[in-house]
Parts: sequence; structure tokens; C-alpha cells
Amino acid sequence: MKKDLLGIGDLTSDEIYLILDTTEAMREIGQRPIKKVPTLRGKTIVNLFYEPSTRTRTSFEIAEKRLSADTLNIAATTSSAQKGETLADTALNIEAMAPDMIVLRHASSGAGHLLSRLCKSRIINAGDGMHEHPTQALLDAFTIREHKKRLEGLKVTIVGDLLHSRVLRSNVLLLTTLGAEVWVCGPATLLPPGIERLGVHVSTAIDEAVADADVIMMLRIQQERMHGAFFPSTREYFNTFGMTRARLAHAKPDVIIMHPGPMNRGVEIASDVADGPYSVILEQVANGVAVRMAVLYLLAGGAEGD
Amino acid sequence: MPKLLLKGGRVVDPANGRDGAFDLLIDGDRIARVGRDLPVDRDVAVVEVPSGFIICPGLIDMHVHLREPGQEHKETVATGVAAAVAGGFTAVACMPNTSPVNDNAGVTEYILKKAAEANLARVYPIGAVSRGQKGEQLADIAELKQAGCVALTDDGHPVATAMLMRRALEYAGMFDLPVIEHCEEQTLKTDGVAHEGFQASALGLRGIPGEAESIMALRDIALAELTRGVVHIAHMSARQTLDAVRWGKSRGARVTCEVTPHHFVLTDEMLAAPVPYDTNVKMNPPLREAADRDAMLAGIADGSVDVIATDHAPHHYDEKRVEFDRAPFGITGLETAVSLCFDRLVHAGVISIARLVELLSINPARIMRVAGGSLSEGAPADISVLAPDLRVTISVERMRSKSKNTPFDGWHLRGGVAATIVGGRTVYQNDDAAIGL
Repeated sequence: MKKDLLGIGDLTSDEIYLILDTTEAMREIGQRPIKKVPTLRGKTIVNLFYEPSTRTRTSFEIAEKRLSADTLNIAATTSSAQKGETLADTALNIEAMAPDMIVLRHASSGAGHLLSRLCKSRIINAGDGMHEHPTQALLDAFTIREHKKRLEGLKVTIVGDLLHSRVLRSNVLLLTTLGAEVWVCGPATLLPPGIERLGVHVSTAIDEAVADADVIMMLRIQQERMHGAFFPSTREYFNTFGMTRARLAHAKPDVIIMHPGPMNRGVEIASDVADGPYSVILEQVANGVAVRMAVLYLLAGGAEGD
Repeated sequence: MPKLLLKGGRVVDPANGRDGAFDLLIDGDRIARVGRDLPVDRDVAVVEVPSGFIICPGLIDMHVHLREPGQEHKETVATGVAAAVAGGFTAVACMPNTSPVNDNAGVTEYILKKAAEANLARVYPIGAVSRGQKGEQLADIAELKQAGCVALTDDGHPVATAMLMRRALEYAGMFDLPVIEHCEEQTLKTDGVAHEGFQASALGLRGIPGEAESIMALRDIALAELTRGVVHIAHMSARQTLDAVRWGKSRGARVTCEVTPHHFVLTDEMLAAPVPYDTNVKMNPPLREAADRDAMLAGIADGSVDVIATDHAPHHYDEKRVEFDRAPFGITGLETAVSLCFDRLVHAGVISIARLVELLSINPARIMRVAGGSLSEGAPADISVLAPDLRVTISVERMRSKSKNTPFDGWHLRGGVAATIVGGRTVYQNDDAAIGL
């Protein structure tokens, strides 16, 4: 593996499978009475979060602790960023204290690339702007594989705010690399121009996109990234693109419903779907810890192997 | 000053229909004679110019940000003109988005005073269209003209409203001042940072479509027709804008346009590689797609494009070493333009050297109604000596600009500058192509 995990684009399909296979082993650790192994003892990992995050930050922290790493969290609201320090300076100061890895969440696309150029520490991208969120795509792939036993040939439909979604970009890269048939669907105002060049089917008609799907992934409507009127109202959005039981009927009978969270119930997904029998949303969260353990372990192991 | 005879070079002076081996005699600050085998009097110092070198009218960059007053950490008039002459330019026109804005005679005079102190390239200030570049009220245009401004612009932004642009074109016409327009429909650009297309989509960057530029160009061309005013479209980047300019010219509108070297050399693929999210490929207008880049080359070749200008936009290292979406727009250009033009236009077979002289000297002089653009006898001796086959490696270490924000560092290019002469005085000589001036 490369020094850093900045995006799915950094990984070969072999590396993706290696991470997914390693995740199986890591998940077993989480099922033990004592959920801790000494694998990353003596390693220091800094979780540098410039955006609010509950799921991802907690998930990384639990993963780090289960591997016995020394971990600390820096939230931008309590850091020198409030005093006007640049990301580059913050990173260099953290780097001066010689951590082994920095897990970065940032509102700007490419923030991880900036750190990667400045730091010897390994950088793990925990979400950069509208660009990538690679560990989310990995945990999604793990969850799909667990249910479907494969990824190749599956019809995976991703619905929602495609334009602003880093989850979309990482998932498209990963799923197309592993041979899934990926459909993306959302309002025409939220389609990233040229997205079809990534090898996906693009549709603005949800029934067509959902038809015979093996997997449906709902994306959050990201009010905080929308600086404009992309659709008339959340009510109209739900009526046109929201996932309901009626729409689900077009998919395969064993379809699974996924959502990276946090959910806007009644906007992109009806509660009875989110909480219903097809939903694997909480499994995704559970698998997130094991996937992140695998990524941390493999990146750190790479360091020892060098 | 003794007389100086340049002997042996290839004189390219399209304004006088000359292209060939001529001698050029400089007497004081003027061109005294141009001809074959001029006699060498005793008071004449002779400089043998290698036969492959070009002697042409001084290059004029009509779109430069010198940053002074107010942003001297990026550039000063002195460092800017040092960069200009090292880039082969004998004159630059500087944009008014300084701090304070060049919207009054005091700022214009300050810039001209700094330029006189530096005493390298000629500096032609461009005044603001509107007071404070706020887009509300016209600046004191008569006063700006009198103080020495050669054109007007709200560069950095478009002239805010159609009505203000109409008034500016009408009013500036009285003073023979062209209005230079930064074309951008801001409600379409919004907070975009890169060309809207596949690259921006893949990298998660907010897009700016080419139409944000062409819509404004179409507005301004229509207003130029309405008012019979003169509009010059700055740093054109989109193929739709080129079509708009061609349409305007075909109707007889008084419209001209410029293209920067980076827009005819680079595309938005630079956002992804070799350095992902390199803030030195962030500029406004953004690098566009190959189809746009190719359209710019076609427009340069067929005459639709009038001028090559650099949009030299120095920014401090600290300002560029930030997240892509937080970095300021702009790159430096004065010290890379000639090499890029030779390598990508002349040697690539897009245009002749004579056409290059038109784009870099004759047309900017004509549009801004300033001296230059020819090697006529009696004209000021503003001369660029160019070395078309010089192997150049772009190096920020060697640059004279105060800022180093260029994506071309390390590039190997064919063609460069040998010397720059302003008012008969040698203000720059390249050690790599020394001719003993």
C-alpha cells in the first residue's frame, strides 16, 4: 500500500480485497470479551477533525484503541485554527511531535493531499470536502459482500445529493473497480458534470435506477454544502427521490438498503425503510470499526515492512 | 549616450513590412535607422547579434498585477518591472485592483513615480471603471486619463451591471479609453474554484462553467454595439467566449480580446496531476478543457485573438500554501510567457514569428493607444531581442518576481529572451544568451 490513504483511487483491487479480508479478522477482535490487541502499541495516532463528526471520529477512535495505539483527538473548534493558524502550520506542528498517523477530516477537497506533501506521518483521509471518504466506501463494500458474497455483477444504485457527496465518489471508484454495475440517481441539479466518465449509469428517474437493484445506497441531503436552491423543497424531494416501501418494490426481493449517515428521516428515506427489514444501516456502522482497524493495521504494518 | 548598432539579427517588424537581416541603429532613446549594411561611424558601438536571434518591437504585456500600493508582500512596481524586462517586455499595463484601488489620480501618480524610480520597463496604469471597483459609481475618468491611465477596468470582477457598463463605454469613449472587461457572470460562477467538468467533479471541486464567461462577453459586445464603445475582453478562456468575440467582430462591434499563455498551454487535467490540488493551477478564469485550449490555439492562429497577455498575478507563498478552495486565484506569468509562446505557438507551427509580434507588441500598443509596436525610424528604441532556439529550463529560483506561484517551474522549453532595450538603454541581458550589449 502507498504511504497514505487519501482516496480509493490510491488502491488497487488487490489492496481493496486485502483490506476487506483483513476486516474479517478485525471484526473477530470486536466480538471478544476483551476487545484489545497489542498490534499498534507504541504508535501515536492523531485524529484531526476540522468538521463535526460523530460516527467517523468515534469509529476511528475505537478502532485505534482496540489496536492499542496512543490516540488523541483534535477538534478544530478547540485548536489553533480558531486563532487563525493555517492547516499547513497545524500539520507541521503536530508532525514535529512525531505521530505515526494523522486521520484528517476537513471541509476542503484535497486537504489530505496538502498534508501528505508536508508530513512524514501517514495520512488517512476521513473525508475531505466533496472529494473522497475512502473508509466509508470500504465499510460499505464489506457490508455488501457480507450479504451478497460478492461485488462483481451486482446492481448498486446510489440515490441522492450526488454533487456534494464524497461518499458517492469513493463508492463509485471502489464499486466500479470491483466490477459492480453502478447506477447513480438524483435531481439534475445535483449531478456532477461528466460523472458518467467514471463508468456509471446516470438517471434522474428513480424507478428506473432502482429496478432490480441488489443494493440501494441513499445519500444524505447535505444542507450545509448547498449554497443555492437545488430543488424546491424537502417535501418535493422526498416525493420525487425519497426511498419508500413502494419504490423498494421495484428492486430485487433481497435488496439491501444502506445509508452512510447521518440520516434525514422523511427527506431522503422514509423511517419505515430505514428501520425496516432490508436496512443494514447499523451493520454499516458496526463494520466501520473493523474496516478502520484493518486500514490502520495495514498502513502501520507497511511501515514495519519497509 | 553613444550610438548603438545592432548588426546581424533577424529584424521582425510587421508594421513596417520588414522580416529579414537588417541593421538597426539606435541613437539615444530613439531608433535612428533600419537598413541593410548600415555604415559604421566612429561614434557607433557595434553589437553583433547572432543571425538566429530576433530583433522586434518591444513586447507589451497589457494585463499585469503589480500589487503596489497595498500588497507589497506579493509584488512591488520595482520587482514587477524587473520581472517584466527579464521576460522580454519593454512595457506593462497594470491593473487597478490595488489597495487602495487605482480609481484616482493620486494612486496613478504614485504608481508612475515608483515606475520612474525603478526605471526598467515602461508602466501604463489602468484605472478603475468604478469608484473602489465597487460597481456603483463611475470613477473620475477624466482625472485618471490626465494622470496617465491608458484604459479602464474593474478587473478581478466584471463591471457590475449592464447600465454601469453602458455608461462606462459611453463616457470612456470621450477620452479614447478602452474598457477592459473581466468577463464573469457571478451568479453562475458563485463559489466555483475550477472549470466545471469531469476533473472538478472527480476531485470534488466546485465548478465554473465556460458560459459564466461567455454570457458576460455577450452582454458587453451588445453594449459595445449600442454605445459604439471599445471593449477588450481580458484573459479569455472558454471556447464559447471566442465564438462570442468572433460574432461581435463579424457585426463590426469594437471588440478585441486577449488570451494568457496558461490558457493556451494547460488544461484542467493539471488539477489532478502531476500534483493533485496544486494551488498554482488555480486561477480565474480557470484552466479549461482540451477543447477550450484548442479553441484558443485556433483563435490565435486565425486572427480572432488580438493579444497574448499574461495576467501576471503574484501571490505570496503563504497565501498559496493552503487548501485548494481557500487559495487565491492567479499565477505569475511575466517570466514564462515568451518561452511558452515560442515553444507552444511558433515551434509547434501554430503561428509565425511575425504573428507573435502582432500579438505581443503591435496589438497591445494599438488597443491601448500607446507608443510601440514598430521599429520605425524616429520611434522610441523599445526593442526585444529574442532567442527562438535557446533551451530554457524554467526556474523559480531565478525569477525576479517577488512571488513564485507558477505551475511551470522545471519545464523545459525552446525559446527565450536574449535582451531587453527600453528607450535605447539595455535593461536586461540574459547570461545564457549574451550578445554583449
